[in-house]
Amino acid sequence: MKTIWFHMQGYRDLPDDFRDRYESIWVTPPNDELCHSPEVAKYLHWNLDELEMADDLGFDGLGLNEHHQNGYGFPISPNMIATVLARRKSNAALVILGNTLPLYNPPIRVAEEFALLDCLSGGRLVAGFPVGSPMDTTGCYGIPPTQVRPRYYEAHDLITQAWTRPGPFAFNGRFNKLRYVNPWPKPLQKPHPPIWLAGGGSVETWKFATDHDYTYSYLSFMGHKYAKVLMDGYWDSVAKAGMDDNPYRAGFAQLVVVADTDAEAERIYLRHLRNFYSKSLYVAPHFGNVPGFMTKRSFEFQLSHRGASAFSFDFKPHEATWKQLVEDSRMVIGGSPDTVAAQIEEAVRNIRVGHLMVILQIQSMDPELTAYSSGLFAEKVLPKIKGIWDKEGYADRWWPQGATRNQPQLARLAAKVSNGEAKVQA
Amino acid sequence: MNIETARNIELPGGFAANPVIIKGEGAPVVYFHGPFGQEWDGFLDDLAAYRRVYAPAHAGAEQTEDLDQLDGLSDLVLYYDDLFDRLGLDRIDLIGHSFGGMVAAEYAATFRDRVRQLVLIDAMGLWRDDAPVADHLLVSPQALVKLLFHDPSKPEVAAKLAMPSEREAMNAAIVNRFGALASTSHFIHPIPERGLKRRLRRIKAETLVLWGAQDALVPPSYAAEFAELIPNARVEMIQGAGHVPQIEQRQLVSERLAKFLTDRPHPK
Repeated sequence: MKTIWFHMQGYRDLPDDFRDRYESIWVTPPNDELCHSPEVAKYLHWNLDELEMADDLGFDGLGLNEHHQNGYGFPISPNMIATVLARRKSNAALVILGNTLPLYNPPIRVAEEFALLDCLSGGRLVAGFPVGSPMDTTGCYGIPPTQVRPRYYEAHDLITQAWTRPGPFAFNGRFNKLRYVNPWPKPLQKPHPPIWLAGGGSVETWKFATDHDYTYSYLSFMGHKYAKVLMDGYWDSVAKAGMDDNPYRAGFAQLVVVADTDAEAERIYLRHLRNFYSKSLYVAPHFGNVPGFMTKRSFEFQLSHRGASAFSFDFKPHEATWKQLVEDSRMVIGGSPDTVAAQIEEAVRNIRVGHLMVILQIQSMDPELTAYSSGLFAEKVLPKIKGIWDKEGYADRWWPQGATRNQPQLARLAAKVSNGEAKVQA
Repeated sequence: MNIETARNIELPGGFAANPVIIKGEGAPVVYFHGPFGQEWDGFLDDLAAYRRVYAPAHAGAEQTEDLDQLDGLSDLVLYYDDLFDRLGLDRIDLIGHSFGGMVAAEYAATFRDRVRQLVLIDAMGLWRDDAPVADHLLVSPQALVKLLFHDPSKPEVAAKLAMPSEREAMNAAIVNRFGALASTSHFIHPIPERGLKRRLRRIKAETLVLWGAQDALVPPSYAAEFAELIPNARVEMIQGAGHVPQIEQRQLVSERLAKFLTDRPHPK
C-alpha cells in the first residue's frame, strides 16, 4: 500500500467563537477579519517545512490539493507549492489531487504546469483532476452550477489530447476555442502522468473513472465506516465495467493522530480534532448544496434515498468525545502506533484502498506536534502497513514512473528512462 | 400551480416538451416566471378573466441536459420563439417577472415586432455598482425570504412559501424548485447582467415597468433605469411589496395590469 502524507494547508488560528460569528468556513468568511497575511506568511513556511519533513521521513508520496477562500484549507495553487518540493532530491511521488479543471480558462494552463512539474520532479507527478466543490466553482469562481461538469469534461479532453497528440492541433470545444494547441513541454512520463480522480461520492465520477481506467479517491473526513456505502458503490461500478478489483483503483483520505499510548493521544489531540470538526467542516448548506451542480435525475435519486445510510449518530463536533470520534465512528484513527496500524489495516481492507492519504497535520496543530505525530507514524506505523496488498500481488499502475521510493523495480526503470535507454508505457 | 391546465408543447431541436399552463379567452398574453419555477398565482387568474394566458416553464427546468444546447440568452430567446410558433401565437403581449423579466426584455429587443405590449415586474438584467442585485442562489432559506418579501407575516406570503406536507409531493416540489433554480442560474449566475443595457433601445413594445417599492433583491432604483433605456416605457411603483408584488399586492398589480393592457384595445 502507498501512504501519502497529505497537507490541507488550513488556517491554524481561527477564533473560538467562529461559528457564532460567521455563516460559513468557505466562500464568505471575511478575509480582513480572519485571514491575516503575516500569519499566512508563517503558515506557508511551516507547511513547506512539514511537507519536506514528511519527504525525509520516507512517506511514499506528498499530497497537495486546491481550494479557495476558505479557512479549512486554502491551498490556492498546489502547483506553486509542488514546484518548491519538486526541486528537492527525492524519490517520493508528488500527488497533486489536484487542479480543479473547471477553474482554468483555458485549461491548457493545467497541461503546461503539470508538464513543467513532471519534468522538474523527474517524473514524480500524479496529475489529479477533481471536478471541484460547489463552494470553489460556483461560490468562489462564479461558474454556473450547470456548467461545472461540462467544463470539467471538456478540460479533461483538451489536457489529455495536449499531452498525447502531436502539436500543434486545433481544439474546437464548447468553452475553449484554441487554434494552436502545442504546449512546451509535454510531460516527462509517457504517455502522461497518472491521472487520479477525486470526489465526494458522485456516481458520474465513478463512471468517468471506469470509462478511462483512472483511479478514484474518496476525500471525506468521516472515516471508513461512513465511506463503506459509497465505496461499495464505487467497487460495484468497477465490477460492472468488467474491471479487476485492484485496490490501487481507490484512494482514501484519513485523519490520523499518533502518540505513545492511546490515553496520551486523547490527551494531546482531542482539542485539535474538536477544533477541526467544529470549524473546518462548517460549510453553509446553501454553498454546499447548489441546485444544478448535479443533474436533476441524480438529485431526485439522492432525495428519494435520503436517510438510507446505515450510519448516523448525534454529532456535536465542538464537544465530541474521543470515544465518538475514534472508537465508535472511526472518523479519526488515533492512539498508540499499534492501535493506529491495526485500525488502518481494518479501514483499508474494509473499503479496499491502495492509496491512503494520511492527514497528520490537523488545522490547529503546530509544526512541533505535527512532527511528533508524523515521526511516530513513520517509525512505527509505516513499516506495519506498507506491505498491505503485497501478498495479493496487485500492481499499482497509477503510480508515477519517477517516484521510485520503496519501488526497486521502478528505480531501475527510471534510471534507464532518464538516460534515454528505455521508454515506459503507463 | 394548477397541473390540470398544463399542456405539453413539443419543441424542435431535441428539447423536452414544455408544460405550458394555458387559461382564459381573449388576446394572447405570455407570462415568464422568475427563478423559482413555473407558477400560477392569483394575479394570473385575474388576467385570465379577460385574456388568454400562456405560462410556460423555463427552458431546461424539466430536463437539465437541455441546457447543453442553450449557451446564453440569445439561444434562450430563440427557444421561446420556437415555443410561440408551436403555440400558434403571432403577436403577443409579454409579461416577465424577475429573471423572467430579463428574458422578456431580451425577447422584445430581439423580435421587436412580435411583442405588442411588454410588462416587466421587478426585472433582473441590469447592474449598478451602487445598488447591486442580491444573490438569490447561494443564500439561506431564511435570508431568501427577507430578500423576496416586504412582509413575510402576510397570509398570502405564507401560502406562497408553504410546502406540501406529504413526503412524495414535497419531494416533487423540491425537485421542481431544483430544476428551476439550476436552469435559470445557467444564464445569470453569479451576476444577472449580460449586456441587456445595450439592447433595450431596440424595444418597440409599449412597456410598463412595475416594481415593488420595498424590493430587497433587485432594488427599486432599477425601475427608472429600465424606463430610461426603453423608448416607450413608464414606471408604476407598488407600495407595500418586495420582489414579488403580485403576491404581496395582488389587487394593485392586477388593476395596473388591466389598465395598461386594456388601454389600447387589441386588434381583432
